Amino acid sequence: MERIIFGDNQFFAVNHLSDEKSREQSIRFNNIAAIINTIDHARAAGVETFMCTTHDRISLLCDYVRVHPEKYGEFKIFPCMPYAHKYANAVTELGIVGTLKEFVPGNFMGSIFKGGLAMLSKDYFSIMELLVDAEMKMFAGLKTPVIFLQNVVTDLLLGLGMIDVLIHFHKYVEKKYHAEAGFITMNLPKLASQLLDAGIENPIICASINKIGFRMSGGREAYEECLRTLKIRVIAMQVLAAGAIPPAEAVEYVCNLPNVCSILFGASSKTNIRETTTLINGFDLANAEHALRRAGSYNKSSQVITSSLPSAFASGAQLNGV
Amino acid sequence: MRKVALVGAGKMGISHLSILGAHPKVDIVGVCDSSKIVVDVLKRYSKFPCFTDYDEMLDKANPDAVVVAVPTKYHSALVKKAVTQKRHVFAEKPLSLSSIEGLELVKLVEEKKIVNQVGYHNKFIGTFRQLKRLIGSGYLGDLFHFQGEAYGPVVTRPKNSNWRGDPKEGGGCLMDYASHVIDLLNDVVGPIKKVKGSILKSCYSNDVEDAVYALVATEDDLSGVISVNWSDESYRKMSTSITIVGSEGKAVCDATQIKVYFKTNDVPKGYSKGWNIKYVTDFTDNVDFYLRGEEYSAQLDYFVEAMSGNVANSVNTFRSAWETDHVITLIKQNSN
Repeated sequence: MERIIFGDNQFFAVNHLSDEKSREQSIRFNNIAAIINTIDHARAAGVETFMCTTHDRISLLCDYVRVHPEKYGEFKIFPCMPYAHKYANAVTELGIVGTLKEFVPGNFMGSIFKGGLAMLSKDYFSIMELLVDAEMKMFAGLKTPVIFLQNVVTDLLLGLGMIDVLIHFHKYVEKKYHAEAGFITMNLPKLASQLLDAGIENPIICASINKIGFRMSGGREAYEECLRTLKIRVIAMQVLAAGAIPPAEAVEYVCNLPNVCSILFGASSKTNIRETTTLINGFDLANAEHALRRAGSYNKSSQVITSSLPSAFASGAQLNGV
Repeated sequence: MRKVALVGAGKMGISHLSILGAHPKVDIVGVCDSSKIVVDVLKRYSKFPCFTDYDEMLDKANPDAVVVAVPTKYHSALVKKAVTQKRHVFAEKPLSLSSIEGLELVKLVEEKKIVNQVGYHNKFIGTFRQLKRLIGSGYLGDLFHFQGEAYGPVVTRPKNSNWRGDPKEGGGCLMDYASHVIDLLNDVVGPIKKVKGSILKSCYSNDVEDAVYALVATEDDLSGVISVNWSDESYRKMSTSITIVGSEGKAVCDATQIKVYFKTNDVPKGYSKGWNIKYVTDFTDNVDFYLRGEEYSAQLDYFVEAMSGNVANSVNTFRSAWETDHVITLIKQNSN
């Protein structure tokens, strides 16, 4: 996994601090060209991984990437499924069974309902597999090395104690897509220990991690303890706590944590993208230098690179929420 | 540990079940649903004892409290049974199909002195709590008018096949969506006592309204407008907001932020003359387990703590939910 991953909230009207802002973004990114353009800014800043929900409109991006292989040779997508609002709205309207009928592809559900509960009950995992396949269809032919389960599903199953379903997801994406499973969660300590207990080694977990403890259920200390003590690969999201922490301070905190493999962020403009990547790279470099210095092999020449970073460190410009 | 049982594992019920399943002070002793598929899945993959018969669950699981998350039509009967057996009750909103039926439940829980709460989760959102404090502090001066709005994409095409499209079961935008707005307004400026006129409009549904527009007023003739539409797919999810206009300023509040305009320098601490924006992160405490928003966990925490006498059981009581039911009834009666 790359150190920096580009997210998609800004494209799909998700803004944790402002409903109004999210509607503005929805208007701005209504055109897929605007989304591609912003992703290209991220790529120009060295970020080649795009983590996105399986929103219908992502299929347009996928189509574009497929027909421009020369441009997107290094480009990777981490799909996050499902696009939960699609299902949540459908459950409100159609009920649970109605929703399954609506979204499970082909005649599978029809035949299952004819076959009755006895037949259905053997096949819950098959239903899940079909739903995963339906969500993955748009990514055919693209690099999707990690496939994520959205937090609303991960955490729902976690609370219900249905860890077996998470395990099956893990196995299935590995078998079918040769990909690793990732789990987005708002409950890192609880999820991490349960996945490890269930035998998933070094799981990939994406969770809110930020200096003010925003959306870190159970508290920041519990998260830090997990990072220190468990063998897990963590992607930090909501690093800026939806804009509540100044960027430099926010990035410094997360760069100094052990075990955070990657940092996920979203931004709408070229300037903000540059600013965030420069900050992360700057702190990583400073930390690497510090480690080298402690190891006694500090090389003076690297100091030149660090000194070119102060403008980014000093910047207090507002970035978009992650 | 508190022994909690849940009846109705649909959209809201399954969410409550997950939050309670992860709650350190709760032991789930039973789950009951009429859907064989839902019960079968829970039986197979969760550790919760499952039932298809409510009476049997109450009898065998002997819970301290019951979460009732069935369609509104069935609230009354199921709540009565639990309360009569002196079990605490958390019921989904709205409380009941009619204010007469609801009042019966209010009297019963008050007589039996059990903890009673209804799932109007907006009252556990930091911004709306701040709005209430702000109005209570009097800094907006004499209040002139309020507006309560909610928009979202529930029914966006002509199709309906579950209870939310059936008025007899408690379906429709008024019961399902507008109830949230009414309940919030009742809490912040209300209660609303008069409905001067209303329009219940169907856009896609055959049997229920998809939008609610009403002119309302409190006892003191503070006037307001309610505008709610659940067929607006330009919204990604339900978006609720309240605007309050007073002689000294104005407040506009939704689940993410509160914007306040003050005309003078006479402002509460942390605010200034002119526009102020505060974000929900300023008013939100972490929860132990997060599923769909801090407010969903916070309301259940509150219920569990109320059972132990650690909080007052004064937020979202059956009585306050009944006041909301009453406004719903008035809106129906005054529909043009």
